[in-house]
Amino acid sequence: MPNYFTDNSDLQFHFNNLDLKEVINIAEEGFEQSKKYNYAPIDYEDSIENYRKVLEVLGDITGNYIAERAADVDHEGAVFKNGKVTYASGTQENLQQLKQANLLGFTFPRELDGINFPFTIYMMAVEMISRADASLMNIFSLQDIGDTIIKFGTKEQAKEFIPGFCSGEYTGAMALTEPDAGSDLQSVKLRAYQNEKGNWFLKGVKRFITNGNGNVLLVLSRSEIGTKDARGLSMFVCYGDETVKIRRIENKLGIHGSPTCELQFNNTPAQLIGNRKFGLIKYVFDLMYRARMGIGAQALGIAQAAYEEALKYARDREQFGKSIYNIPVVTNMLIDMRVMLEADRALFYSSAQTIDLKEKLEVKIERLKKEGKLFSEENTRLKTIVRESNFLTPLTKYVISESCNKITYDALQIHGGTGYMKEFKIERLVRDARITNIYEGTSQLQIVAAIGSVIKDVFKELFDEKEKKHYKGGVQPLVNHLIEIRKIFYDCLKYVEEKKDSAFQDVAAKDLVELYSYLYIGYLLLEQAEKEPKKVFIANRYILTSLAKAKGNSESIKDGLFNDILHAEKILV
Amino acid sequence: MYNSIVMVKQVPDTAHISGKVMKDDGTVNRAKLPAIFNNEDRVSLELALQIKEKHGGKVTAITMGPPRASDILRECLYMGADEVYLISDRKFAGADTLATSYVLSEAIKKIDNYDFVFAGRQAIDGDTAQVGPQTAEKLNIPQITYTEEIVELTKDKIKVKRKIDGGYEIVESVFPVLITVLKDVVKPRPFDAKRVMTYKSAKSLMELEKMTEGNSLLYIDKLVHEYEGRNLYIKTLTMDDLKLDSERCGIKGSPTKVHKVQSVVLGGGNQCKVEPTKEGLSNLIDQLMTDHIFG
Repeated sequence: MPNYFTDNSDLQFHFNNLDLKEVINIAEEGFEQSKKYNYAPIDYEDSIENYRKVLEVLGDITGNYIAERAADVDHEGAVFKNGKVTYASGTQENLQQLKQANLLGFTFPRELDGINFPFTIYMMAVEMISRADASLMNIFSLQDIGDTIIKFGTKEQAKEFIPGFCSGEYTGAMALTEPDAGSDLQSVKLRAYQNEKGNWFLKGVKRFITNGNGNVLLVLSRSEIGTKDARGLSMFVCYGDETVKIRRIENKLGIHGSPTCELQFNNTPAQLIGNRKFGLIKYVFDLMYRARMGIGAQALGIAQAAYEEALKYARDREQFGKSIYNIPVVTNMLIDMRVMLEADRALFYSSAQTIDLKEKLEVKIERLKKEGKLFSEENTRLKTIVRESNFLTPLTKYVISESCNKITYDALQIHGGTGYMKEFKIERLVRDARITNIYEGTSQLQIVAAIGSVIKDVFKELFDEKEKKHYKGGVQPLVNHLIEIRKIFYDCLKYVEEKKDSAFQDVAAKDLVELYSYLYIGYLLLEQAEKEPKKVFIANRYILTSLAKAKGNSESIKDGLFNDILHAEKILV
Repeated sequence: MYNSIVMVKQVPDTAHISGKVMKDDGTVNRAKLPAIFNNEDRVSLELALQIKEKHGGKVTAITMGPPRASDILRECLYMGADEVYLISDRKFAGADTLATSYVLSEAIKKIDNYDFVFAGRQAIDGDTAQVGPQTAEKLNIPQITYTEEIVELTKDKIKVKRKIDGGYEIVESVFPVLITVLKDVVKPRPFDAKRVMTYKSAKSLMELEKMTEGNSLLYIDKLVHEYEGRNLYIKTLTMDDLKLDSERCGIKGSPTKVHKVQSVVLGGGNQCKVEPTKEGLSNLIDQLMTDHIFG
């Protein structure tokens, strides 16, 4: 009877150390709703108890049911026939169970039938779902599009679309990508036009649309005739009705349960969300925080599952008269995986809480504006938090999706030849992991998104403060290592800036972002080590490994390793 | 519209037994075991909930057990039960199926107004499958056991497919009727998140009494009243509430005594080789007859 919430000691650690007071206070507005809804919390403690109880319910569903069906879902996959997409039978059962459990409107307000949970708790749910079946996460987490409708659409639009998500009647899709607009979304061509009455219609093709068969689609479209860039794009919402033709679904390496569709919009009636021309520059950008964090949670869930498979296999498998778990090389690999996993989780929930606070502060400022009150203090804080979120989101997506690939890779390695066979779960996890550092922005693009903040030294004050702090629990010597890494970072940054070569700077960005990530994660782990003795081991190995890597990053940058890109044509024969 | 009463039981998690769990008097020391919702009872609750969703009516879950059995009543509320009752009294301790069915039938008579009484076929701790049928006898109503499927439900009749040796039979009954169900009839639904948040603090009388212990500011009557007002009181019936005959309750009213429980492990020990000849086979058959395996 595995419960994916209660059996995960590290997730429990994070849950028990959540810092959500401000988020909950804003979200629950004096806990007034408890008078109207009997499931609304009466105070902070009650909120936390609600989250715990509900995550326990999801822990049971994910551990005992969804995980059990995952192999069949992978094998059967979503099927496309006669223009219609049918989910694998296991996926259908999963969705039915989540619907019965009322878990499909996680972050939506109660007046729209949701349960009004914070983003951070929702992310814990996404992690658990992904650990059980990564492909289900894609369908489950598309409830996210509802947030865009609530945030930027009208009240009527929210009333029209959101309750259907909560009841499980609707699933959604986010239709951004086109054949010629992948990473480069400014090139979106799908046309949005108005008839004489002012009603909007969509015409054109979208490709690689996860759950494109969903009932409600959020579609990025070109509404301004003659434009070619981001400023001509607007966001629309429409139903996946008969005017939306599904042309095909992709035959993918992994996440087979999640249908990836090519859609043709044939004069599909649509509603404009928010303002024209803000589609990409504001709404997609806003959606991306959540979407990228969602993939981070997916990667974390897959990595957790892979680590467990490796640990279990290593303990059970005997070679040379002993369990391979006791072979130092294997033990060492397992420790590396565990350290990576816990470091990732530390980064992830720190970022999730930052984004949670960002969103709630936005809500609070809107409220204050409406009430005609002052909000300059909140605004100043919001600016800081937005700066942090703009860095932490791409960093999280980059770090966790890359280590998910590394962890699944090593987990298969520990299985030896057996792991290469379809009979074992690990091969599925390896395949599912592979997409996480590609979609919602490739790793390379996450670096592009993160490097600006690194150059601006976004956490300068935070690191200054941490360096001065005295840490309990015998981890103080590790601070010196972090100080050394920071020196290396500044040294490299200076070198890159002085070189004034943009090609070189683009390539060196990865090393700079990584250097900066060691510092942020390193300090997070030191904080954790003060709370929990076992975390000292994690912090210790993480920081020592990071110091070694930092020296490598520095060598790459300063030893002119990248100078040969100027001679690419001679090398790439 | 049909009203259902579902009999549920909290059982020791027999899949995770450790330590000494049998007491010297031959009863189970429940405190030593993790306790869970008996699976077939959860299935029967699901069946009652599905009938309610389709045809309307009310679902009431009842359990006889110690105060901690309130756990599964809360779980019944999480799944969708409209009302739950804890039937609990120290004097019910040590009850066998006879005493249990007596108490449950009296509680059902008190709750009244039902078309169906549902129960799992049996509980995983005793495996007797007796409480359901005995309760029906005491209520003087028909019973259908080993239900595999509800075939048809009309205004005044229910048609049920029930398992028998080597197949099934389809039987029909008027209301009220007691029905016991097998584990694969329907899949129990998960807990509903909104109901979990609503009913997580529902409490039975004994749980509220515990809250008043050591707190002179809390009065039990007031507390019960407050919880009733918030719709969070798990209705609790004791021996006095049901005006029961104490001679028929608990260990006093239980003629069944567990004399000995033995775990039988089947496994081959000795091996012998039989030559594949007429003589060899004939010797083998003689040996099997001597050992009373044949004949």
